[in-house]
Amino acid sequence: MSKIDIKLCGVGGQGILSIATVLGEAATLSGLQLKQAEVHGMSQRGGDVQSDLRLSTAPIWSDLIPLGGADLIVSMEPMEALRYLPYLAPDGAVVTSSRPLVNIPNYPDETALLSELDALPHVVRLDIEAVARESGLPKSANMVLLGMAAPYIGLLPEECLRQAIARVFSRKGEAVVEANLKAFSVGLSHSMTVSK
Amino acid sequence: MSEKRLLLGDEAVALGALYAGLSGVYAYPGTPSTEITEYIQQSPLARERGVRSRWCTNEKTAMEAALGMSYAGKRALVCMKHVGMNVCADAFVNAAVTGVKGGLVVLAADDPSMHSSQNEQDSRFYGRFAMVPILEPSCQQEAFDMVADAFALSESLRLPVLMRLVTRLAHSRAAVQIGAPLPQNAFDPDDERTRWVLLPGNAKRQYASLVAKQEEIGSRAGTSPRNTLSLGEKGGLGVIAAGIGHNYVREVLPAGVSVLKLSQYPLPASQVRSLAAHCGRILVVEDGQPFAEEQVRALLGPDYPVQGRLDGPLPRTGELTPDCVAAALGVGGAAPHAPALNLAARPPQLCQGCGHRDVYAALNRVVEEFPGARVFGDIGCYTLGALPPFRAIDSCVDMGASITMAKGAADAGLRPAIAVIGDSTFTHSGMTGLLDAVNDRSAITVIISDNLTTAMTGGQDSAGTHKYEAICLALGVEREHLHVVVPLPANMEEITRILREEIAYEGVSVIIPQRECMQTLGRKLRQKKQQS
Repeated sequence: MSKIDIKLCGVGGQGILSIATVLGEAATLSGLQLKQAEVHGMSQRGGDVQSDLRLSTAPIWSDLIPLGGADLIVSMEPMEALRYLPYLAPDGAVVTSSRPLVNIPNYPDETALLSELDALPHVVRLDIEAVARESGLPKSANMVLLGMAAPYIGLLPEECLRQAIARVFSRKGEAVVEANLKAFSVGLSHSMTVSK
Repeated sequence: MSEKRLLLGDEAVALGALYAGLSGVYAYPGTPSTEITEYIQQSPLARERGVRSRWCTNEKTAMEAALGMSYAGKRALVCMKHVGMNVCADAFVNAAVTGVKGGLVVLAADDPSMHSSQNEQDSRFYGRFAMVPILEPSCQQEAFDMVADAFALSESLRLPVLMRLVTRLAHSRAAVQIGAPLPQNAFDPDDERTRWVLLPGNAKRQYASLVAKQEEIGSRAGTSPRNTLSLGEKGGLGVIAAGIGHNYVREVLPAGVSVLKLSQYPLPASQVRSLAAHCGRILVVEDGQPFAEEQVRALLGPDYPVQGRLDGPLPRTGELTPDCVAAALGVGGAAPHAPALNLAARPPQLCQGCGHRDVYAALNRVVEEFPGARVFGDIGCYTLGALPPFRAIDSCVDMGASITMAKGAADAGLRPAIAVIGDSTFTHSGMTGLLDAVNDRSAITVIISDNLTTAMTGGQDSAGTHKYEAICLALGVEREHLHVVVPLPANMEEITRILREEIAYEGVSVIIPQRECMQTLGRKLRQKKQQS
């Protein structure tokens, strides 16, 4: 049996659920088993949001990832990545945006926060919003993040993720599909550089 | 014809109902149940079949309309969040007394851990109270399959059937195997007046017949393929795993443990006895309140060791997690990473540019001038006005309670007594309270913060849009004490002036700040852009 448990997180409105939808689509295309728990409702209003995504070649029971069970944390925001640390497996990886979203008065010190993050065994962090903007894709920062995370999701081949992006965004038109595919490639190439 | 679709638990229920020949869904939005009705509203099959799906004013109107559709022979579904059961309880309990004709399924989505709710009441108690069958799926596939079972059971027993979800199933996605859709029922109104007219003479007969059905309802649960017993080591641990609790148990199931999977109630007493006889002790794992646990304890007596939420192995409050279930089964471990140090809570907040913000800014400015003032809040996005930076409301209890609590406090002498209620909440449960206040000439100031939508649950249509002035006037609010304003920083002077004047008035005044929700507006603009 091979499996991967992914904790997706961020702040309401950052596009976490779109990442989850693409991964769900890719898992379906690959014939993998999947469970994906989402947060809807009150917490979506600028609060912390997260989604538990479990992929496996064998049947999956729990919709939720147990403590210490997440092979990967994928986060749109650095403090939100830290929030789920107790869920990270001992040798799990964290792929996160490094840009703080400060919408609370008591946001922690940025330097301390990033050094706590960097002290973890496997961390890839990048200012995905800046990268997305520089690449002319300001609305696709979440797909940049997915591209960064892709090398850590061995169960889903890169080509399969591309197909999933195309399918998920197809109803929004070809331009949106292209932008998201490009953002994914940008993220993927950054991941390669940063990981080296 | 068979295919797999990736569906939320809510969507699995919706599609299951459509494939079971549904003719109408009746619902008021409420997390975590909203996506059921939304799915049906967007379903091509529902459109093709003319399935009725517009939002209702509240859960009681929904329940009654569904009963009417059932009366006419068609299959109907009612959906709500758990606290909605309180609103429709009158109709729900009495629908068990009249019985049904077309299948009637009542779906309650419970919210243990209160992710988006004010309590964690367990809807299964309502099912037992009304003496109807209860179904509780453990996964998305079972949710899909079970709806068809529920409609068939409802028609065969001529009773409403309660189906219960919890947040983690309602809002979790998995692949669901879909078969072929069943045809809808023919239009065939009932004509048995003696069972539908609940005058005491008829009601006594109907109630006796409901009581007489209990044995049959029990035996259906006792033989249900949804309740499965798998025996392990003799004399070892037996687990009764209800609904989604079954998943957490199976996630870590230690060898030799016996499991009774529980998905249909009343509690299957003979299976519980078999499990007890085989095992030396029992652990009850259920999400929500200790509904089955109390019954299992009563059934097995004080000498049989039963554990669960009531005595500590599982927490008394909050939703189940794979971690607390693993710990109760003795296989839990510590998390490898300690909680982070550089971490702060990030509560939800009103969107930037939201009209509710301007309402609270104005209200706070005026309320400051009246040290005894109290602001009675209500249920919706604007409840977030309780949090910083506004800290603007003193209460939030249940749908509509802002107006009636302000009225009661004003009756007791509190001045100024101010109510803040949203547009959708006002039509849901605020109108009747406003009529009470008008009839009593209560000294209250009511703010109906109208954003033209049901915003908190994702922007569903609000039942009274463009009708609020007319409704208030018709309820007897005086024209000169009814104001419509546009909540924008530019209008702050006007709004605060009106607030001051109306607070001084010893009677009912209503102020309607009216500006469309930023989210709904944004979505409409995006849709327009896509279409052009």
